[in-house]
Amino acid sequence: MIDIQILESPLNVQVCIDFVSGAATGGINVFVGSVRNQTRGKRVLYLEFEAYVPMAISEMRKIAETACSRFQIDRISIHHRTGRLEIGEIPVVIAVGAPHRQAAFEACQYAIDTLKQTVPIWKKEHFEDGEVWVAAHP
Amino acid sequence: MKLTILAFGITRDILGASELNLELPESARIEDLKAELARRFPAFANLSALAIAVNSQYAELDLELKELDEVALIPPVSGG
Repeated sequence: MIDIQILESPLNVQVCIDFVSGAATGGINVFVGSVRNQTRGKRVLYLEFEAYVPMAISEMRKIAETACSRFQIDRISIHHRTGRLEIGEIPVVIAVGAPHRQAAFEACQYAIDTLKQTVPIWKKEHFEDGEVWVAAHP
Repeated sequence: MKLTILAFGITRDILGASELNLELPESARIEDLKAELARRFPAFANLSALAIAVNSQYAELDLELKELDEVALIPPVSGG
């Protein structure tokens, strides 16, 4: 069972956990991203996330399907937020439910690592003296 | 053929718009599109990478474009 969502409203971790909970679930692993207040020592005021929504959903679904086939997991929920996020808010939640914990840990790590490499979502950091698209330049 | 190109992240800033209408020769490939973009917008050379998506899939350089394709510029992603 796969649940993929891109939302403009605050993410709800419990919704993701509830989705991956079932009678056959022996463990749930959850990754929760958080907006950090600095990058390389420079104070960040807030972040903006932008997505190419249809492709982002398609890429997130590929990650979820691969996670289900590669690891022994049967439930995964991936939610990503877009728009302006303040320090401490949650840009991403990944919850994985599996019969055994090892698979849940591995699938969750795989999902967040791959999301950061392939899903067309972009983050702009806003500083006191300007703004920058993360990773755009070498 | 006429193509409408969607731009996201820093590519939207470089184009100054979220869409670009582009005229390319028939059977142009992704590499031809990238060359035309580099010619018209030198700032693309400063990016660490630039992928192109066709109909919501990452496209190889030798993929042939068709007029009704949805083409999007995908600068380095930074979600999560």
